[in-house]
Amino acid sequence: MEPDLDVSSSSRVPPSLRGILPLLIALPVLLVLELLLRDSPFASYLLSVMGVNVLLAVSLNIVNGMTGQFSIGHAGFMAVGAYISGITSLALEDVAISFLPVAVSDQVFLLVSLLVAGGAAALAGFLVGLPSLRLRGDYLAIVTLGFGEIIRVVVTNTEAFGRALGLSGIPQTSSVAMVGLWVFLSVLVARRIAGSSHGRSLLAIREDEVAAEAMGVNTTGYKVRAFVVSSFFAGVAGGLFAHFVPIINPGSFTFVKSMEVVVMVVLGGLGSTTGAIVAAVFLTLLPEVMRSVFSLVGSESTLAQQVDQIRMPVYGLLLVALMLARPQGLFGTKELWDVVPRWLPRRRKGM
Amino acid sequence: MSQLIQHLINGIAAGTIYALVALGYTMVYGVLKLINFAHGDVMMVGVYMGYATALMLGRQARGSVGGVLLIFLVAMVGCALLGFLIERFAYRPLREKPRLTALITAIGISFTLSYGFQLDIGFLPGSAPRAFPQIIKPAQWFTLGDPEFPDVVLWNWQVISLMVAVALMAGLQFLVYRTRFGRAMRAVSFDHRVAALMGIPTDRIISVTFMIGSALAAGAGLLYAIKDTSVSPLMGLYVGLKAFVAAVIGGIGNVPGAMVGGLLLGLVEEFVVGYAASTWRDAVAFGFLILVLLVRPGGLFGRVAAEKV
Repeated sequence: MEPDLDVSSSSRVPPSLRGILPLLIALPVLLVLELLLRDSPFASYLLSVMGVNVLLAVSLNIVNGMTGQFSIGHAGFMAVGAYISGITSLALEDVAISFLPVAVSDQVFLLVSLLVAGGAAALAGFLVGLPSLRLRGDYLAIVTLGFGEIIRVVVTNTEAFGRALGLSGIPQTSSVAMVGLWVFLSVLVARRIAGSSHGRSLLAIREDEVAAEAMGVNTTGYKVRAFVVSSFFAGVAGGLFAHFVPIINPGSFTFVKSMEVVVMVVLGGLGSTTGAIVAAVFLTLLPEVMRSVFSLVGSESTLAQQVDQIRMPVYGLLLVALMLARPQGLFGTKELWDVVPRWLPRRRKGM
Repeated sequence: MSQLIQHLINGIAAGTIYALVALGYTMVYGVLKLINFAHGDVMMVGVYMGYATALMLGRQARGSVGGVLLIFLVAMVGCALLGFLIERFAYRPLREKPRLTALITAIGISFTLSYGFQLDIGFLPGSAPRAFPQIIKPAQWFTLGDPEFPDVVLWNWQVISLMVAVALMAGLQFLVYRTRFGRAMRAVSFDHRVAALMGIPTDRIISVTFMIGSALAAGAGLLYAIKDTSVSPLMGLYVGLKAFVAAVIGGIGNVPGAMVGGLLLGLVEEFVVGYAASTWRDAVAFGFLILVLLVRPGGLFGRVAAEKV
């Protein structure tokens, strides 16, 4: 994989600004988007769902794609984030920063609760990463699966989390700008990791764990760190999710949700961040597009139901067909700009 | 005391069924080093085949020995065919690819089967669970205490499923260790390339292993449906997951290990349900799995193979 070349490495930007330049570009764009979408709740809902899925796919890609540790319990981390941020927001509901407008103060508190959620999920990720001291391959996959299920059962049985009924009344303070900010941050972090010496160690572990160990890579340390970073963003994704759906319950974070994210990562190509983004956006839009196409033809309610029913078998068949035809996923380990046609202007290597 | 005995009986009855499903996982893993995630869903399809046969047979024929045998036969043969098709068209083309591709394919097939069966189109059953007909009339074979409200009950289906399970396991053990086919299976498991060089028809051995595993799954699934008196498209996902946990606890790839793992898991779950809360059952099963794996990463009976560079 070629070294990470960010926009910031352009030599025309003064060095003091290089680190934060992407942020300086992204923030105004997101704010404009937020203003444009203020009047269309459906579009902002769809964008939020898409953003959460992108966040999940990009974060899972750090563990599954870059490190090659097959984790199938990502919904567990999402659940931790969703519930912890929900509880935090409920506790902070009556607090406001008086000198700021309400909307801005809401976003500040949302940010706080998301950070708490991410921290809690990262701690969970640390706990799950630890068994990777001794387990690898299939066994680790099973432990992550078991962990996801354990989280679900614990949540279902805890009074504070509303048991099977779930948590309702969480302030709906999520905004497209906030989702976009986190998507942006996760992509930035994923790309920076891929280009750093950390990322090289992760790739070494993916290609051959025993050889990496023999070359002096501290495999356990890197695997645990990958788990922590990945689950942090999954927790944030869960937190964002909790702040734009009316109610969160254990049914949203089952094995099936984990598998949806796995499908996204595999479809995009294990190890390709942009691939994960493209696949997440595609798979989020697919049912919506199918639904609107069908609703043009016939009665809306039954067809909408059928689209929901058909979605999961289609995911399954998609996985099988993909593995048979193109096991490396759409992009393989390449990024989007590595596969654009020749005639488009490209970023030069070594710039 | 009587409560303890009752829990032991229930735990062993549940455990034998887990063990039977786990045998399929273990066989496939032993030969292919593949976690066949679709195994539980093949089991579910088998149960639906048995269900359809039972409905066709009608009330009278259903209770007779011949009827029960026919139901088991249809389900097991049907599942063997399904297993053959899955192996032939989904797993065989991927045999030389990295193991992760096959694992993802297995997950894909599992999703296609379990959610495909939930559709409400054509002959597919829809998502609602259905009552499984009583193909074996329940009877109390043994009771302790007051005959009206006994402390300990041993049902006939518990004894029957234990006997069927033990017979199938013994048959499998015989097949693997005492026959030419079993020797070929073990050779393929050891190194399928070298086995092919020695003249063993690797593809055929793997196909037959898959078919045997799938047929066992169908048998186990029917026993489960008799115990649970219901059938639903998602049963494969959860029973399969549990059986898989049992196989891993025992050390996947190891036939006696699957049996011990299944029994242990059945007992642990039963005691959690009996003495703690039933809602914690799944968490305890997975917690037990993680605990076992942390102490013995290869499972109770498994060996951790040294990895080559």
